[in-house]
Amino acid sequence: MMATRAARKAKKATRRPASHRTWALGYLAVATVIFVVYQYALPWEGLPLPIYDFLQLWLPPTSINEALVYVICALGLNVVVGYAGLLDLGYVAFWAIGGYCAGWFMSNFFEQWNFHGLSSVASTEPGLHINFWLVLVIGGAVCAFFGVVIGAPTLRLKSDYLALVTLGFGEIIPQIFFNGEDINGFNLSNGTKGITRLDPIPTGVKDLGPFDFGSKFVIFVLLAALMVFISLQLRRGRLGRAWLAIREDELAASMMGVPLMRTKLASYAVGAVAGGIGGVAFATHVDGVYAERFNFSISIFLLAMVVLGGMGNVWGVILGAFILSWINSTGLPALGDTFNTQFGTDIDFPSFTFLLFGLVLILMILFKREGLIPESRLRMVLHEGDADEEMKPAHEEEK
Amino acid sequence: MALSSELVLDASNISVQFGGLLAVNDVSFNIPKKSVVSLIGPNGAGKTTFFNVLTGLYKPSEGKVMFGDREITDLPPHKIASIGLARTFQNIRLFGLMTAEENLLVAMHSHLKSGITSTILRTPRQRKEEKEALDSAREILDFVGIGKWASEYARNLSYGDQRRLEVARALALKPEILLLDEPTAGMNPQESSVFVDFVHRVRDARDVAILLIEHDMSVVMSVSERITVLDRGEKIAEGSPEEIRSNQRVIEAYLGKAASEGRGK
Ligand SMILES: Nc1ncnc2c1ncn2[C@@H]1O[C@H](COP(=O)(O)OP(=O)(O)OP(=O)(O)O)[C@@H](O)[C@H]1O
Ligand SMILES: [Mg+2]
Repeated sequence: MMATRAARKAKKATRRPASHRTWALGYLAVATVIFVVYQYALPWEGLPLPIYDFLQLWLPPTSINEALVYVICALGLNVVVGYAGLLDLGYVAFWAIGGYCAGWFMSNFFEQWNFHGLSSVASTEPGLHINFWLVLVIGGAVCAFFGVVIGAPTLRLKSDYLALVTLGFGEIIPQIFFNGEDINGFNLSNGTKGITRLDPIPTGVKDLGPFDFGSKFVIFVLLAALMVFISLQLRRGRLGRAWLAIREDELAASMMGVPLMRTKLASYAVGAVAGGIGGVAFATHVDGVYAERFNFSISIFLLAMVVLGGMGNVWGVILGAFILSWINSTGLPALGDTFNTQFGTDIDFPSFTFLLFGLVLILMILFKREGLIPESRLRMVLHEGDADEEMKPAHEEEK
Repeated sequence: MALSSELVLDASNISVQFGGLLAVNDVSFNIPKKSVVSLIGPNGAGKTTFFNVLTGLYKPSEGKVMFGDREITDLPPHKIASIGLARTFQNIRLFGLMTAEENLLVAMHSHLKSGITSTILRTPRQRKEEKEALDSAREILDFVGIGKWASEYARNLSYGDQRRLEVARALALKPEILLLDEPTAGMNPQESSVFVDFVHRVRDARDVAILLIEHDMSVVMSVSERITVLDRGEKIAEGSPEEIRSNQRVIEAYLGKAASEGRGK
């Protein structure tokens, strides 16, 4: 009995690093399948029409790419919320800033200036045209800057106040863009009209326009993979341990030499970078930036993804982001269409999105608080009662 | 053993006020290099509060704390910890969902150098640093006798092992002074007497001075080179164990306590 348990434990210990590898392979395998289906099977004449219709209704390429943008952002938020345990209710601000970086630096919007930075756009085009890959870096950097500016004064606060301040930040930034049509005569954001038509994404082989779903899918998959990689590397290093320690016991962490401010700020900045990158990606996905899209519900939406998937576990967060994004963009509308044509009703299913999310969150908190794919550490606490075998103090296992 | 006159810590005229309560009242206190000194006193005497001043958690309303020849009164806690003052907590405050060795690695945070980029890229230097830190953590865990639980979550350890882990974590800071707040609380007499040897072993092998808050008089008397007694925030006596044992004010402070609360220790 005892020996088997010890053996199981040993196995568990050695399996731990490999399991991330398994997940990573799984992620890439699923991505490859999706890519092949949408790049080759879907345009194929021989594909039976029902299958084609089914995929177009229930899993159109846009919904997958949109979900991936959410994945990128949710992974960033996970560093803040899941790793360091800080409640950030204004994450949409970073998404917006990233989006506007794409709008500003990849379009004709600033006609008064003419600057081309490694862009594939004809040099006669007015406006700022910077290579998409550089804009990703710029978007990330600008967001990191804002993350530090916002974080430095607020991260000193107790977590409840932090939530309030970030909430305010998430309201203010989109408002600035919303009303930024005329700031002392300067048009910052084109207000409600937004900025449309972004430069194509140069890849060296060909330029990707708004309808190159397949190639952009690959780019988004890789960006999300990069975020996963960064999260996992940071997590097992010096900084990741300090985040976890702060999440566990802030006071004890500071007594052990962990500088609270700097460490929290680092998590906030890393999260902000991901938000910026996600913002740039989203802008290229919808081929524009629209101020009204950046609202509070996105912050909550992202938070729900992190909670649903499993706070602190990147694979859970990916799953959570995919599920919720899909329900929002495709699942509910498609269900509504099917239902309404079937029964001749006229119910507005998408309007129930947030009711559904609220329900999902409540059910999660009640029955599966650690998320769909929990972080191993959290599973331990939250199911204390039902798994008391695992809970026995270690020394008792010797007996 | 004669105390060397060189001081590693010197706190002078410390007062701490909580609203109307003077929790620590004009207490001066020092720690000679590599000594083992104790702070005792009835419940609520202000011992933990005094600890919290030394470690930077509370700022005293009066007085200053010198660490060597550096003033640390106004330094933030993490700074004080990283320059060599490590503590354990009266109520165990481990990082429960981290393994024993991770607990120690957290305490090494300020001694490690790798930043965000080198961690993401896992540069050879970062890997070397991590490996050395891990080796050192395991060595300390072995030293306190819980090496076999290195990769066990802290919350799964037995109470006694958690106490040891607290000491190990503090040692991971490579401190010059180790502050132990009631480390034998909850131990049986036999465990306590083992602990006395342990304290000396730590002092000798790790080159630290040890300041102990302790209720168990047999531990205090056998381990301390000097004892300081606090009562209601004031220092009422200081001296060798023999002097303290026969000090009238100390006896009164404790008997008063014993009579009202039946505390016999
Ligand atoms: N943060 C605080 N705010 C207000 N009062 C406090 C605070 N911390 C301690 N006190 C009070 O200060 C006094 C001294 O408390 P302290 O914890 O230092 O005592 P102690 O000597 O460590 O006692 P014990 O042996 O019970 O641990 C007590 O009356 C306590 O209630
Ligand atoms: Mg105390």
